[in-house]
Amino acid sequence: MLRRLFGSRGSRKNEAKQEIQVQEVTEPEVEQQEVEVQEVETENTVEPVTKTGLFARLKQGLSKTRTGFIDRISQIVTGRAIDEELFEELEEILIQADVGVTTTLELMDTIRERVKTDKITDGSGLQSLLKEEIVALLSKHHQPLALSDERPAGIMVVGVNGAGKTTTIGKLAYRLKQEQAKVLLGAGDTFRAAASDQLKVWAERVGVDVIAHQEGADPGAVAFDTVAAAKARKADVFILDTAGRLQTKTNLMAELGKVYRVAKRELGRDLDEVLLVVDATTGQNALSQARLFSEAAPVTGIVLTKLDGTAKGGIVLALANELKLPVKLVGVGEQMLDLQDFDPVEFTEALFS
Amino acid sequence: MPFSNLTGRLQETLRKLRTRGKLTEKDVEAALREVRLALLEADVNYKVVRDFIGKVKERAVGHEVLSSLSPAQQVIKIVNEELTELMGGTQSKITFASKPPTIIMMVGLQGAGKTTTSGKLALSFKNKGHRPLLVAADIYRPAAIKQLIVVGEQIDVPVFSMGETNPVDIAKAAVAHADRHGNDIVIIDTAGRLHIDTELMGELEEIKNAVAPHEILLVVDSMTGQEAVNVASSFDEQLGIDGVILTKLDGDARGGAALSIKAVTGKPIKFATMSEKMDGLEVFHPDRMASRILGMGDVLSLIEKAEASFDEQKARELTEKMRQDAFTLEDFKDQLNQIKQMGPLDQLLGMLPGMGRMNQLKNLDVDESHLKRIEAIIDSMTVEERRNPDIIGGSRRRRIAQGSGTRVQDVNRLLKQFNQTRQLMKQFAGMEKKMKKGRGMFNLFR
Repeated sequence: MLRRLFGSRGSRKNEAKQEIQVQEVTEPEVEQQEVEVQEVETENTVEPVTKTGLFARLKQGLSKTRTGFIDRISQIVTGRAIDEELFEELEEILIQADVGVTTTLELMDTIRERVKTDKITDGSGLQSLLKEEIVALLSKHHQPLALSDERPAGIMVVGVNGAGKTTTIGKLAYRLKQEQAKVLLGAGDTFRAAASDQLKVWAERVGVDVIAHQEGADPGAVAFDTVAAAKARKADVFILDTAGRLQTKTNLMAELGKVYRVAKRELGRDLDEVLLVVDATTGQNALSQARLFSEAAPVTGIVLTKLDGTAKGGIVLALANELKLPVKLVGVGEQMLDLQDFDPVEFTEALFS
Repeated sequence: MPFSNLTGRLQETLRKLRTRGKLTEKDVEAALREVRLALLEADVNYKVVRDFIGKVKERAVGHEVLSSLSPAQQVIKIVNEELTELMGGTQSKITFASKPPTIIMMVGLQGAGKTTTSGKLALSFKNKGHRPLLVAADIYRPAAIKQLIVVGEQIDVPVFSMGETNPVDIAKAAVAHADRHGNDIVIIDTAGRLHIDTELMGELEEIKNAVAPHEILLVVDSMTGQEAVNVASSFDEQLGIDGVILTKLDGDARGGAALSIKAVTGKPIKFATMSEKMDGLEVFHPDRMASRILGMGDVLSLIEKAEASFDEQKARELTEKMRQDAFTLEDFKDQLNQIKQMGPLDQLLGMLPGMGRMNQLKNLDVDESHLKRIEAIIDSMTVEERRNPDIIGGSRRRRIAQGSGTRVQDVNRLLKQFNQTRQLMKQFAGMEKKMKKGRGMFNLFR
């Protein structure tokens, strides 16, 4: 490994000329057009700020999630007698929605019990039973996004690579700003190439300030500066981005713990929210993510992103059941408005409607 | 963690059955129940699991139990063989164009790791003497182009970008640019998109029609759940993918998505990525992935890594020294260095059976600074002390501790460990002398 690194450094001089050529030609264009496109995008995003647009988008996002999941349940259950085969088919559907073996078996056990005690004989009765149980499971530990009255309020966003942290922060900042809050962002991802640029673009779109250091800087220092700046500028809330990391990387998780401690010390109290961003297409690994991230920093809730695909988002049930972690927000699209509160009843209703 | 060690659980299930001779249906069913759960927990698609279990059952019932294996091991062996076969025989390579440049198009969902993987792919080509060109065609995600440019700088590979213009035009211009500048491989990094986004999927088709790529590679996050099948088959139906790159395999995801995708699309998994560093691109080994999905560890990879890193000559010398009981602290340090060269320790441990999960890993010390401390202690010894550690008394220990910035206890611990290692080696060497067959085992460490 070392040899390779040294090797590439050595050869760098030779090829540097060629590289510069390519970039010199193209870079000015990049900047020019970036600005243009941004203008266009703000226009785009301002348009659908109507209530109907918002609702339609939520429904649209959820309807994609729904297809194949609940449609199949109604298809299976209606007009059938309850037998072992039916239970197995329901089980299969839950597993295919990424609910996971443990939670599926527990759910099915409860339902079997209730079929006996409630003397249910018809398949459609089984559907409302399942719905009830899912709502109950999701409501049990449900908590909405909660920011204390103390100012500034602090939010830290964590998660594995590619879960959608930065995009979520952009949307969340937009939302808080709509609620008249003064928002400050902290570009704590100093590792990935151009991560802070990505956050800066979002900040410009939304119209909030960003605290950023250069690439490779200490994320703890970014955390410190973000909190200090939030206090000095009398911001209502700061949102601290962090670099994506796999939960199994002990060093990186220790770093995350440090970033949290720095922010906490500077704020003088626990942050209001530590949000773990989970991609809706994630399978059972989300459990491991939630467990290990919680050990590094006190995760207060989940943001489930990319729910506008065909991913069924069933992992939410497993997270609630096995880890008692509430889902606070769901991302249902790429626009600024596409971040919704997670509502267990609405979520389940929408799944079953 | 319920399914961390399938082999162990299977053995426990089958211990009670105790068959001799042929595997009965009861044996196989008991075993396959566990296998089924393991596969589902690994995110293998439900339908794929069902078909697979049926196939294995058919093959396993009535199978002779080999005298060397327990029924549990026998079932695992069959399962593993079937899995490996399903995953597709040996690893696949990139098809190169007869007339350069070879055009590779990277596609996938948002956040799968396309940009980073493009960089890794480019670096691996560059290291083989090619002249790759990276193309920034993700015009949607903020700063995606900038990210690729920075990646290009890191690995010293030119990046072609035209800002946020039409990606089809970018792709065409990039190929022309490659032609002029003698780049023999063009890697087009496209924007992440949902497989059900008709408009953006259409854009990919346009790029495909415009530049006729030789390889369309689908980048898939190894943490993907049941959804992997839908994603892969949609991309395949609309674009005709040539292969898959599985990313983020350095986490603890069991990666059942790999199996599902192969089973449903029939397209090979060509590479896997295992680190955030740019050299983390690895050829995909179906057999190893089979073990990983089953939760059996990746002993093969470990052995191969050991083989690649261990100096043959040094190993031979070491064996000789072990025979003569002349193993010294200098050799000990050599060994540590060789282990370090094999890669990050946590990755190595993850490849051992039953260690794939963090729970167990956490009880073990994988802190590499320990290795550094050991090195420092050995470095603080005189040559004589290293060759003949028995002379190290209390006063020498204090001096060594001071010299290496450690405590006397650390020095004591190291010496104790060293003595244990020496004892162990004596035993190994003794065994080798006794049984001539023992050679095989030594080869394992070479």
